[in-house]
Amino acid sequence: MAEEEPELSDEQKKGIAKWFLINAPAGEIQYVAKDLKSVLKDDAVYNEAAAEAFHIYNKSHLISLKMPGGYGDVLVTSYGELHDNEYLDPKTTQVAIVDHVKQVCKGVRSATDEELPSPYIEEYRYALEAELLKYVAEAYPKGSCSVYCTNGKDVEGPGSDFELVAVISSTRNSPNNFCNGSWRTIWKIEFKDDIQILELKGKWKVGAHYFEEGNVQLDAKRECRDSAMFQGPDETATAIVHLIRHHENEYMASLEGSYLDLSDNTFKELRRKLPVTRTLFPWHNTLLFSFKREIDEELGIRK
Amino acid sequence: MEAAMGLMRRMPPRHSETTLSALLSLLPRHSSDLLSQVDLPLQVLPDVDSGKKFILCEYNRDADSYRSPWSNKYHPPLEDAPYPSSKLRQLEIEANDIFTVYCDQYYEGGISSVYMWEDDHECFVACFLVKKDGSKTGQGRRGYLEEGTWDAIHVIEVGPEEEMTRYCLTSTVMLSLTTDDVSSGTFSLSGSIRRQMNMNLPVADGHLSNMGKMIEEMEGKLRNSLDQVYFGKTREMVCTLRPPNEVVQMRLPSS
Repeated sequence: MAEEEPELSDEQKKGIAKWFLINAPAGEIQYVAKDLKSVLKDDAVYNEAAAEAFHIYNKSHLISLKMPGGYGDVLVTSYGELHDNEYLDPKTTQVAIVDHVKQVCKGVRSATDEELPSPYIEEYRYALEAELLKYVAEAYPKGSCSVYCTNGKDVEGPGSDFELVAVISSTRNSPNNFCNGSWRTIWKIEFKDDIQILELKGKWKVGAHYFEEGNVQLDAKRECRDSAMFQGPDETATAIVHLIRHHENEYMASLEGSYLDLSDNTFKELRRKLPVTRTLFPWHNTLLFSFKREIDEELGIRK
Repeated sequence: MEAAMGLMRRMPPRHSETTLSALLSLLPRHSSDLLSQVDLPLQVLPDVDSGKKFILCEYNRDADSYRSPWSNKYHPPLEDAPYPSSKLRQLEIEANDIFTVYCDQYYEGGISSVYMWEDDHECFVACFLVKKDGSKTGQGRRGYLEEGTWDAIHVIEVGPEEEMTRYCLTSTVMLSLTTDDVSSGTFSLSGSIRRQMNMNLPVADGHLSNMGKMIEEMEGKLRNSLDQVYFGKTREMVCTLRPPNEVVQMRLPSS
C-alpha cells in the first residue's frame, strides 16, 4: 500500500505520549518513558508531554521521595501541593522542591507560617498523624503516610468546621521478578463543629502488575463512609485510626475473598476447568456430536 | 518495534485497543508488524444466511470483508476473494461443528469459529477462535461478573501429511473480569498470555482429533496458569503490600 499516512501534529503526538505515561502501572513510568522515547523519536514533544504527564502521575500515585538533609520522606500529593513542584511535608514542616520527570527531591526549604495550619488545627493534625504513623508502621511493611489540612487551616478555635486528609501510600517494585504493586488510601475527615460529628470518607486504589511472559493487571477500588464524635485532638485521633484500621482490615479480607472466589466460582463464568461430565472432551466420538447437535437444535438450545 | 511491544506489555490490558491504535499512529511504517504481533479482543459479525455469529480475524479477512465459516460467504460480499479448497472446506465445516460442541461444554455458550487455508508445500493452517462474554448481562450463568470476557486464538500449522504429522500451535488468551458490589468495591483483573506447543501426532487419528486435543490441553494449561500463577502473583503482591490481619496479629507479641 503506497498511501501516505497523514503526519500526526505535535499536539496529537504529545497527547498520545501523555496518555502512555499517565497510564503506566505503579513503579513503571521510567520504563514506559524509555520505550516511549524510542517509539516517539521526537525529544521536544516528549519533554513537553513528560513535564505534564509526570506531574499528574506522581500525584495520582502518591509517590514517596527522599528529602535531602535527613528530613525523611515526603509524599507527593495534591493535598500537600503548594506550587507546581513544591510539596509540603506536614510532619517536618519542610517543603520539598521536586523534579517530577526525574522523580527526585531537589531540595527543601522551611514552610512559611502562612503555609502551615494554625496551632489549634495543628493539634488535631499532629495527634492524628502520630496515631496514624503507629498504625501504618504496624500494618504496612513499607508504607508512608501524611495528614494534611485541606480546609480551614486558619481556624483559631472551636466554632468552625475544618477538614483533614490522611493519605497512606505503599508501593512494592520488583522489576526483576516482573511484579510491581501499589496500595493507596485517602481518608477525608470533615470536622463538623455544629453537630459535633466528624465524617470519614475512605477511598482505596490497589494495583498490581505481573508481566513475566504475559501481562496481567489487578485494578481494585473501593469507597466507604463512617462517622465519629468530635472530641479533643487525642480522643479524635484514636477514634479515627480505630475506624481506619477496621475498614482497611475489612477491605483486605474482602480482597482475599474475591481471590478465593475467583478460583472456585468467578472464573467458571468465563471457562470451566472441565465439562460437566468431568472428563476431557471425546474428540474421537464424532457420531456423538452430530447426534447431540441434532438434538440440541431440535430442543432449540443452539442459537 | 521492541519498544512498542514493551509498551504493549505495560499498558493496562483493558486498554489494549487504545494502546495499539496509539502505536499504529506513531509508527505507521510498522503497521503490518504491529497488527500481526499484537492480539486484540475479537470482534463478531452476524451471518445473515445462517443467523449465527462468526468471529473476525486476519485469517478470514480479505480487504474489508470477512468470510463466515457457516455460509462460506464474505460479508460484505466480495469478488475474487480467496476460499479454501473444497476438501479443506469440508474439514473446516466439520471443525466448526465439533468445536461448537466443545465450546458449549467448556464455555457454556460463547461464540466460536474455525478457519482453514492452504499454505505452501502441502501444509495447511487452521485457526480456532472462541469469544465468551461472561458478564451477567451476557452469558454468565451465575451472575457474578459485572464485566467478563475471554478471547482465545489458536493457530495451528499442520505440516506435510506423513504418518506422524507435525502440528505447531500458537495460542493467545486475553481475558478481563470485573466484580462490583457495594461492600467490596470494584475488583478487576485483566491480562493476556501467549504460548506455543509443537507435537508430532499420528495422522491416522484424524486432524480434527489431533488439533482438538492440543487445543484442549493448551487451554487447560493457560487457564490454570492465569488462575494460579498470574492472578496468584497479583494476590501475593497485595498481601506483601498489606499483610492480612491474621499475619499482623501474629507480629504483635514481638513488637
